[in-house]
Amino acid sequence: MSLLSVQNISAFYGPSQALFDVSLSLNEGEVLALMGRNGMGKSTTVKSICRMLNAGAGTITFNGRNLRKLPSHKAAHLGIGLVPEGRRCFTNLTVEENLLAAARSGAWDLTAVGALFPRLSERLHQSAGSLSGGEQQMLAIGRALMTNPRLLVLDEATEGLAPMVRQEIWGAITTLTRDTGLALLVVDKSLKELRQVADHAVILERGASVWSGTMDTLSEAVTQKYLGV
Amino acid sequence: MSRETALNAVMVMGLFLVPLWALWADEPFIITLTTKAAILALAGVGLNIALGLGGLVSLGHAAFFGLGGYAMGILASHAQSYAPIMETPFLIEGTKSMPVIWVIAIITSGLAALAIGALSLRTTGVYFIMITLAFGQMLYFFSISWPAYGGEDGLSIYVRNGFPGLNTLDPIQFYAIVFVILMAVLVFAGRLAKSPFGLALNAARQSPERVETVGITSYKLRLIAFTISGMITGLAGALFADLNRFVSPTMFSWQTSGEIMVFIIIGGVGRLFGPVVGAVLFILLEHLLGGLSDYWHVYLGVLLLLIVLFARGGLIGTLAGKEISHD
Repeated sequence: MSLLSVQNISAFYGPSQALFDVSLSLNEGEVLALMGRNGMGKSTTVKSICRMLNAGAGTITFNGRNLRKLPSHKAAHLGIGLVPEGRRCFTNLTVEENLLAAARSGAWDLTAVGALFPRLSERLHQSAGSLSGGEQQMLAIGRALMTNPRLLVLDEATEGLAPMVRQEIWGAITTLTRDTGLALLVVDKSLKELRQVADHAVILERGASVWSGTMDTLSEAVTQKYLGV
Repeated sequence: MSRETALNAVMVMGLFLVPLWALWADEPFIITLTTKAAILALAGVGLNIALGLGGLVSLGHAAFFGLGGYAMGILASHAQSYAPIMETPFLIEGTKSMPVIWVIAIITSGLAALAIGALSLRTTGVYFIMITLAFGQMLYFFSISWPAYGGEDGLSIYVRNGFPGLNTLDPIQFYAIVFVILMAVLVFAGRLAKSPFGLALNAARQSPERVETVGITSYKLRLIAFTISGMITGLAGALFADLNRFVSPTMFSWQTSGEIMVFIIIGGVGRLFGPVVGAVLFILLEHLLGGLSDYWHVYLGVLLLLIVLFARGGLIGTLAGKEISHD
C-alpha cells in the first residue's frame, strides 16, 4: 500500500478549475519529484494534499486514511510535513522558537535539526526575520522536520536562492533521503538535482498529470516537451 | 541582561519600594493608589495574553473584570447579611474568605471567557471586536437591571474580606497580597509566552493558516489563551472590588475594557511589563491631572495618539528597543 495516493483529483479556485485528474503515488522512504512549468498546478497539488485547498473530485489517501474531509492541521498530525513555497517562517519568533512552536515528539529535535543545518544552531537566538533567504529556507525545512513527519513535502525549496545556498539545501535533501526513511515529495525546477535524489517523477501540464515513471525512464524528449529543458 | 529586563527589574523594585516609602512617610493614600495600579496592571496582564500574544483585540474584557467583581460582591454581601445565596436544591452560603472568593471569581470568569471565546473566535477582525463588545455590554445592562445586587447603584461591602494571618484592612497588608499575586501572574505570563503553547499562539497571530500546516489548531490555541486571559482579568476584578469594597455595573462597561486596552497600548502590547507600566502611568495621570481638570482624559488621549503614531512598541518598546524580549 502506498504511503500517499492521489487519484484523479481536481481542484478549483472559485469558478476556475486548476487541476484535472491529477494522480500520483509515493511509497514509504521514496522520493517523488513533481515537475512542470510555472502555473501548471504543482503548488495547487501540494495545497490539495496538505488540505489547504479542497479537492473537487478524486481521492487522496495517506497511510490508508482518506484526507478529503480532514482540515490541514489533522493532515499534519497524520505525518505530512510541509515546507511551503516562499519559506514563510514566523518572523517575529527566534530560530529556536520557530522550531519549538512546531515540535512534536520523535527523532527530530533541536539537536537533529542542528546537525542537518549547523547554520541554524549558530543562530538559534536570532530573529527569523533577520535571517538570509537560504537560512530561512533551512529553518522552514527544520520546522517541518520538527513535526516528525512521515512525508516531507518541499514546495520550491531552492527557488530564488544563490547557487551556493541551493547546493547546501540539496545536500541536506540528499542526506535526508540517504540517512532517514523519510518519504519526500519534491516540487522543483532543478532537473539535474532532481535526477540525483528522486526515484520517481510526475509531470504536470495545464493542471493534469501527463507523464509519470521512474527517473531512469525520464527521457530528454519528455523533459524537452513538458519542461522545456 | 537586556534593556527590557533591566526596565522590568526597575518596575518591580518601584512597586516594592514605593509602598514601603509611603508606609514610612505615613502616606496610606499612596499605598492605596499603588494597590489600584497593581490591580489594574493584573487585569492588563490578563488582557495582554489575548491581545499581545494572541492578537485578539477584545473590547469585552470588562465582562470578566465585572464578573470577578460581582463574584466578590455577591459572596461577601450574603456573608455580611447571613442570608444564603440559595437553599434549594442545596445550600450555598456567602463567604468573606478572599482565597475562596478568588477561586470562585477565577472559575466564573474562566467559564464565561470559554463560552464567549467559543462563539467570538469563530469570527476575526472587526467582527471579533464587536462580538466581544456586545457580550460585555450584555452583562453591563444585566447588572443594571439586577436589583437584588444593587442594580445601577451597585453593591457596597462594609468590611474588606479576610485573608488568613493578615489584616486586610491595613493598606500595606492588602497591598502585599496584591503585589504577590501580580508577581506570580507575571512569572506565569512570562513562562506561558516562552512555552511551546505561547510560541504557537504567537505564530498563529502572525499566520493562522501557516500554523495549521504544522499541525496546530489556531482556534483551540486562541480559545485557551482567551480563557486564561479572562480568568486573570476576573481575579483582578475580585481584588478591585475588595479594594473599593464596592461593585457597580461600571466594572462591566465598555469604557473599562477600553481603559485596560489603552494602558496596555501605552505600556507596550505584547511586552510582559507593558500593562504594569501602562497602569502605573494611567493612575499617575488620573491622580495628577485629575486634580487639575475633570477632562484629564484629553491628555491621556494625546499621549495615546503620540504613542500610536510614533512609538508603536509603547513606552517599553521605546525605551528597550523594538526587539521583543522573552526574558
